[in-house]
Amino acid sequence: MSDVFGEDGGFVTTTVDGFLRWAKSNSVWPLTFGLACCAIEMMNLTSPRYDLAQWGSEAFRASPRQADLMIVSGRLCNKMVPVARQVYEQMAEPKWVVAMGACASTGGIFDNYAVVQGVDNVIPVDIYIPGCPPTPDAVIHAIQMLRERIQGNDPKGGLKVNA
Amino acid sequence: MPNTEMIDRANAAREKVNTEIVPALLEAFADKAESIAPTGDLIPQVFVKPTALLDVALWLKDRGFNMLVDVAGADYYPKRDPRFEVIYHFRQFPALGMIRVRVRCTEKDQPHTLSHIWPMADAPEREVYDQFGVKFTGHPNLKRILNPDDWEGHPLRRDYPLRGPRALINLDMPAELNRFAAFVDDEHANTEKKPDGK
Amino acid sequence: MAQTFDTHEQDTMQLSIGPHHPATHGVLRVILELNGEIIVKAAPETGFLHTGIEKTAENLTWNQATAVVDRMDYLNSIGNNVGYCLAVEKLLGITDRIPERANVARVILMELQRITSHLVFLGTGALDLGAMTPIFWTFDLREHILDIFEEVTGQRMNPSYMRVGGLAHDLPEHFKEIVNNFLKIAPGKMQDLKNLILGHPIFKDRTIGVGKISEEKALALGLTGHNLRITGNDYDVRKYYPYCGYENYDFKVPTRQNGDLNDRISIRFDEIDESLKIIKQGIDNLPDGRHIIEDRKLVLPPKEEVKQSMEALIHHFKLVQQGFEVPAGEVYQAVESPRGELGFYLISDGGNKPMRMRVRGPAFYATYALGTLLPGHYVGDMVGIIAGIDPIFGEVDR
Repeated sequence: MSDVFGEDGGFVTTTVDGFLRWAKSNSVWPLTFGLACCAIEMMNLTSPRYDLAQWGSEAFRASPRQADLMIVSGRLCNKMVPVARQVYEQMAEPKWVVAMGACASTGGIFDNYAVVQGVDNVIPVDIYIPGCPPTPDAVIHAIQMLRERIQGNDPKGGLKVNA
Repeated sequence: MPNTEMIDRANAAREKVNTEIVPALLEAFADKAESIAPTGDLIPQVFVKPTALLDVALWLKDRGFNMLVDVAGADYYPKRDPRFEVIYHFRQFPALGMIRVRVRCTEKDQPHTLSHIWPMADAPEREVYDQFGVKFTGHPNLKRILNPDDWEGHPLRRDYPLRGPRALINLDMPAELNRFAAFVDDEHANTEKKPDGK
Repeated sequence: MAQTFDTHEQDTMQLSIGPHHPATHGVLRVILELNGEIIVKAAPETGFLHTGIEKTAENLTWNQATAVVDRMDYLNSIGNNVGYCLAVEKLLGITDRIPERANVARVILMELQRITSHLVFLGTGALDLGAMTPIFWTFDLREHILDIFEEVTGQRMNPSYMRVGGLAHDLPEHFKEIVNNFLKIAPGKMQDLKNLILGHPIFKDRTIGVGKISEEKALALGLTGHNLRITGNDYDVRKYYPYCGYENYDFKVPTRQNGDLNDRISIRFDEIDESLKIIKQGIDNLPDGRHIIEDRKLVLPPKEEVKQSMEALIHHFKLVQQGFEVPAGEVYQAVESPRGELGFYLISDGGNKPMRMRVRGPAFYATYALGTLLPGHYVGDMVGIIAGIDPIFGEVDR
C-alpha cells in the first residue's frame, strides 16, 4: 500500500490525479458575481459570438455552493466587502478567483474613499485581467490560462495526497 | 423640418415663470426669499431660507409645479458661510416651466422634508444627509443610503479627503511626498500662480 | 443595520433578497415582509456599488470627467457623455457653435446606444421570466452595434467619446456603410424577437396586470422614461426640451395605457423602432465638416500643427496640464436616457474643475419606487417587476 500513498504518489494516485485535473479543467463553472460594467462584458461571454460554454463553462451558477470559479467583475465597494467575503467562504473547495477588469484588480480609475483598491485585499485572487472593461477575448484568454494551470501544476486542481 | 413648437412652449413657460411666478413668490415670502440671476441654462432661481422651504414648496405646488425633479446638495466651503446648500428643481407638467429653489443652510439648520408631498424626496434627502450631513426634520427614515451604516464622516464635503480614511496614513510625511495626503482643494486656475524656479 | 420590520404583530416573515442574487439585476437588496407568498411590505436597500464618482469628478478637469461619467449608467455611456458635455457647453455658452456634424453624430450614436440598452433589457428581462432564447438573440444583435462602436470610438463599452465642443476624433470613412449594414438586418431580427416574446401565453400570464401604477402615483414617485410613458403620459426629454438638434427629426414617442409589466416590455419594441427611424434620418443627412468646435482655448489642436507651430504647442500643453476654465454658474441639463430623464446639475466656481457634479439618475427613483410597486404581488412577480423598471446600479449608487 505504501506506493499508493507514498511521498510523491504512486501509480494509482498519479493516474487519478491526472484524471481529476482533466475533469476539473474542463468543467469550470463560474459564479455570477457581476457587479458593474464588467458584468455586461461577462454576460457577453455567454452570447453566441464568444460562447464560453465551448470550454466547459456551461452553467453560470448563482449559488456559490455549486460554482468553482468566482469572476469578480466590477468595482468592489465598501458595503459589498462582507458580501464578497461571505460568498467566497461559501464556495466549496477547490475554488478559483479571477479579478476581471482594472477595478477588481487594483481599484481602477477610482482611487477614492468608496472603492476597495483591489479585490485581493478581501479574497485571494488567481488571475488578474486588465482592461476597462476587458474585451470578452481577454477573459477567454484568462480562463484558458486558468485551465492550463489546473491541468498542469495548480495544487488545488488535483488529488490532495497529503490532505 | 424643425419642430420648434416644443421649444417655443418651453420658452414661453420660462417667460411666464420669470414675469409672474418669481415676483409673486418674492412678494409672498418677502424676507425669506431672494432672487438670483440665472446663468447658462436660464432656469429662474431663488434663494429660500430653510425655515420657509415647506411653505414655498406647497405654494409652488398650488401654482402647477407638480413635478419635483431632483433634490441635490452642495458644499461651498470655504467660499461662503452658510456652507451647505440644498437645491430643489421643480417643473410644471405639462406647462414645462422650471424653477430652482436653493436653500442655504449650515449644519444646524434642518430644512423640512418634502417626502409627505412627493414620496420620491425620501431617497435623495437621505443621500444629502449621508454625503453632507444636513438633516431633514420629519423624515421617516433618515439613515445612510450610499455608504455603510457605520461610516464616519460625510464624504462629499469639501474638507473630506478624496481617499477617505486611507488618506490619513502617515500624516508626518510632507504633503508632496505623501501620495495619500489629505487635501483641501480650494484654489482654481484663476489664481495667479508664478512658475517656481525649481 | 438595514431596515427591519416589526413582524411580531402579524403572521409575517421577513426575507432579505440579498445583494448577490441572480434575479436582482445587479447589486440590490430588497427586504420583504411576506404573508405566505404575498409581499406585504418591501424596502429596497442600495449603496452596494457606491463608487464616489461625484467626488472623483471634483478632482478631474472638465474634459477628464467624461471618463468617469461614462461609468455610471454603463449601458448608456454615450448618453451620459453627451449629457455632461451639453451641460458644460451651456455653462460656456457655446451650444450654438457646435458643428452640425458633431450634433448629428451625437444623435446617431446616442440612438445606437439606446438600442443596445433596450436589447439588454429585453434579453435579461425575458431570462428572468423564464425564456432562455431571447437573451442569445438580443446579445447577438447587440454585437453588431458594439462592432460599430469599436470602429468609431475604439472601445465596445465605456467609450468616453464625447468632448466639450463635439467628438473626440472624427468618424471613420466607412461609417455610413457600417451603420446602413446594421439598419438592413435590424428590423427583421426585431420582428423575430417580437414574435417570440410578446404573444407567448406564459409571458402574457406573467406580465399582464403585474406592477400596475397610475399616472399620479408615477409622477409623485419621480418616475420618468418608460416607467411614466406606460401610464399614458408622453413625457420625453427629446421632445419637450430638445437638444442636439432633436427637433429636426421626425419620430413619435410611444405610450401605453395600462401601466403594468406587459406594457413596460412591449413599449421597448416601439422605442427601438423609433430609434431605428432616427438613425436612418441621421445617417442620410450626415453633413461634412468639423467634428468639434473651432476654438483653440477649448479643443486640442491637430497633432501636425503641434509639431510645427509654437502656439499650438503651448495650447496643447495648457489644455492637457490644466484644462480650460468655465465661467462661474450653475446649470441643469436633462437628456433622455433609456431609463428616463438623466439630469446633470453642475456648479462651477470659475475654475478648471467642476465644483460639484450632481447626477439625477432615473434608475435611482425607479428603484426606490419598488416600495410602492411590490406590495400585493407574489415573490415570483417581484423578479419581473425589478427587471421591468430597468435599473442599472452604477447609476443608482454612483
